[in-house]
Amino acid sequence: MNEHPKPPPVQGLEIDEALLRGLTEARSSRRGFLKASAGMVGLAPLLAACGVAGTAASGKKNKEFDWTAWWHKQQPTTELVFANWPYYIDTTSSGNKHPSLELFTKQTNINVSYKEVIQNNAPFYAQIAPVLQAGQSTGYDIIVITNGWQLTQLLENGWIVPLWMEKLPNFQKYASPSVKSPSYDPNSKYSVVWQSGFTGIGYNPKLTGREITSIDDLWDPKFKGHVGMMSDNTELGSVGMLKLGIDPATSTRDDWQKAADVLNQQKPNVRQYYDQSYITALQDGDTWISQAWSGDIYQANLKGYKDLKFVIPEQGVMYWHDNMLIPLHAANPLSALSWMNFYYTPKVAGMVADWVNYISPVPQAQDYIRNVIKDPTVADSPLVFPTPSEYSKAHDYYTFKNYADYSHWNDTFNPIIQS
Amino acid sequence: MPYLLNLPSWIFLMVFFVIPLASVLALSVATGNPEIGYQYTGHVHEFVTAISTYQTQLIRSFWYGIASTVITLAISYPVAYWIAFYGGRNKSTYLFLMLLPFFVSFIIRTLAWEFILADQGLVLGHLKAWGMLPQSFHILSTSWAVIWGLTYNSLPYYVLPLYVAIERIDRRVVRAANDLYADTRHTFLRVILPLSAPGIFAGFLLVFVTNVGDYVNQQVLGGTGTYMIGSVIQDSFFTNQDYPMASALSSVLMLLLLVAIYLYARTFGTDTIQEYSA
Amino acid sequence: MTETALQPGTSIDAPPLVRSQRRKLSSYVLPAFVWLVIAWTIVPIIFMIIFSFNQAPTGRIAFNWFGLTGTWYRNVFAIGGLTQALEHSLAIATLSSLISVVLGTPMALALARYRFYGKAMTDMVIFADIAAPSVVVGAALLGFFLTLNIPRGLATILIAHVAFSVVFVVVVVRARVSGLDHSLDRAAADLGANPWIAFWKVIFPLILPGIVAGGLLAFAMSIDDLIITTFVAGQAVTFPLWVYGAVKTGIPPQVFVMGTMIFVAGVVLAIVNTLVSRRSPAQT
Repeated sequence: MNEHPKPPPVQGLEIDEALLRGLTEARSSRRGFLKASAGMVGLAPLLAACGVAGTAASGKKNKEFDWTAWWHKQQPTTELVFANWPYYIDTTSSGNKHPSLELFTKQTNINVSYKEVIQNNAPFYAQIAPVLQAGQSTGYDIIVITNGWQLTQLLENGWIVPLWMEKLPNFQKYASPSVKSPSYDPNSKYSVVWQSGFTGIGYNPKLTGREITSIDDLWDPKFKGHVGMMSDNTELGSVGMLKLGIDPATSTRDDWQKAADVLNQQKPNVRQYYDQSYITALQDGDTWISQAWSGDIYQANLKGYKDLKFVIPEQGVMYWHDNMLIPLHAANPLSALSWMNFYYTPKVAGMVADWVNYISPVPQAQDYIRNVIKDPTVADSPLVFPTPSEYSKAHDYYTFKNYADYSHWNDTFNPIIQS
Repeated sequence: MPYLLNLPSWIFLMVFFVIPLASVLALSVATGNPEIGYQYTGHVHEFVTAISTYQTQLIRSFWYGIASTVITLAISYPVAYWIAFYGGRNKSTYLFLMLLPFFVSFIIRTLAWEFILADQGLVLGHLKAWGMLPQSFHILSTSWAVIWGLTYNSLPYYVLPLYVAIERIDRRVVRAANDLYADTRHTFLRVILPLSAPGIFAGFLLVFVTNVGDYVNQQVLGGTGTYMIGSVIQDSFFTNQDYPMASALSSVLMLLLLVAIYLYARTFGTDTIQEYSA
Repeated sequence: MTETALQPGTSIDAPPLVRSQRRKLSSYVLPAFVWLVIAWTIVPIIFMIIFSFNQAPTGRIAFNWFGLTGTWYRNVFAIGGLTQALEHSLAIATLSSLISVVLGTPMALALARYRFYGKAMTDMVIFADIAAPSVVVGAALLGFFLTLNIPRGLATILIAHVAFSVVFVVVVVRARVSGLDHSLDRAAADLGANPWIAFWKVIFPLILPGIVAGGLLAFAMSIDDLIITTFVAGQAVTFPLWVYGAVKTGIPPQVFVMGTMIFVAGVVLAIVNTLVSRRSPAQT
């Protein structure tokens, strides 16, 4: 089986076969590559005939739909598929059971399939958006999404079922006023908050050498090389605006540019733009001061890093919410409502907050935790139950109006992180 | 005969790779946004924008790619060589042990490294306490940390191809070289190295190409000014939802990598002496 | 010359020319370097093992030493979601490497030994598969599955993993096959073997190390894949997916325990393999 063709005998010359082959056989055939790429490009005209549909049309359709009638037609079911972020619900110490869910099943006879499938907002959105756009069911009855562009998109595209408020009396009764009608979902038409958090400043006083009180401290040249900032451009842009005394929720594009400029000034001081791993750097002492989430600092203290402190700077903190939503084509919408109503009680919200340690949307859960669970560390922590003065310093994020708006924000702030 | 051998893979790759990828890359000549949809307008301005805006990240990624590949090669070659020539009966065991750490999750390994290499951690803390390093020295959050991470995670991808290529070398050829008075250095340079060329090329392909497009190592270990093109593509896709840009960037990246591989193949060659002897 | 071992790879000691030079390099420097490298690769694993025995008052890992405990080993499978994720990952990785090897080896053979139409195209596709960013491949596959109405789950994860692993197998096996002496085929034919037997008795044993290496690579890639899996997993969760998602709120110690168990299992496998091969008569 000799597959190497014999070279033709060159006139009058006895050329060594190997040498000739070496001369004539290009090791990587240039012609071959060109031929192959031409083949690939040839597919293009085929696809040119098609296009990819946009989402604007479906949004309009949803808003005009008669949801009240739809809700009345729904039959109760005995299943619930709840998609959430990992480790974001009360869990027994050996790891498997979730007492709040078990209590729910006992009281309502609804079996909960709890799936910890959400790792981040954007990838999860990228997973479910094509499904929803194709008019199919995601398989989930409840999803938990942070307020931001993806949430706005889900609402705009009409992929979320508006809530039947009559079935959520507990929400009206027990929810904190700060979560009742958020700027990104007026009148809580589509969402109820699961947990919230503050984005403020975390620091180690032993390393900074002094107490931190202001966002300007993140710009302090004494901390050069030991400042951590977040790589999420919404967080980054917002803190830039807070420094300049601008309220992000009402900011304009000029404000964004001003914030970008001041963030660029800070850049030489910054050690790294971190995703959620900023907390590791703080714990190890690589960063002395950093943008931080309230719950992470609380957890770090429990883990033995007692030096770390969280502070609400004088300019304010950003207040974010992870929200429960019912996606379109959910199989068990009434069960979803049932859980939401069940959650919004001091007892259940308390059970969850005692474990998750982020801000609970039910203020009365504080008493439950103090008196029934008897956990004063959590009950008295302002990181889980902020005081009114702390709430007064909380700012909402800017809610994007449309894609062009969002795109502009990205173009303004991405270069800082990406360069 | 070759067609029969190729058929299963051809079909599989055609259906589950070529067609899906082509449809996404076609978006690079589309215009639009998620709200109004995308039309294939055939505009190539996206490519121009992509290259001009992100040339720093592209160049940087290639630099990190080359650096990490060369270092990985330098480390992997002796290891593969030793296991192949001196491993004896336990060759496959050593190879397996070499690979084993990489079956444990990347996240776990990286978390551990972050802890070990912390500024005041186990390694640096002690070195600084003994005065061997200045207090401000740090490994994490630098471009060298990124190259370190890339190198570390690429090891199995270079050791394996090198091993399979070196192990194949007929010992009699080495002995022949010795019989012809070649000393160790010459034997290595003139005989072993060229014969292991397919392994070097295979490893280069696997390591260089994947490292240039990598982003996880940079995200965790890199500081400011280390952003790689892989992260830009990820951002374009997930955060910006700018699919034309993401596609254009991917196409540009793949094209540039193709050029790099081509240059390598022309300069160093992928074949061996034996190929010519059939 | 009486040469009993025809196959390359026989470990004959290289002839002792320049004795002192050889001894220094091969006996001390080289092995020392190799063990150093192996040690380097194992360092984070050691830490993982140590901290899997660490108490964790919050149920989440911290690199702070609280004290020894075996709780996490006793309750290693307590977190249902995590355990299931691990099972999925192991199953998919095993299947993916097997299928990749079965698909990839013939292609590697074809590429290395034959010329055929479409060879350059095939090289391009292989290259594109390795070079294409994971994000793009993941999104492409998701769109593809959606268009064809294929439900996303373990099957689609397997398909996606094979799609990117098979080319790695091809590259590795090809490095082994290229340069394989063609005269071996002729010798086998001369001795009356048909192509099928020639393959299994002659070629296959020679390229087996390449196949195994490719399979191991495919396994390692599959068990650790994050981005592509994110897209095509649907409701299924694999080990890296679960762990990555938990990083935000804190990873449970069981993750370290599972990593340790995988590592220890591998070491045991290696030891067993060594002992078994010691028992059998000397072969390469």
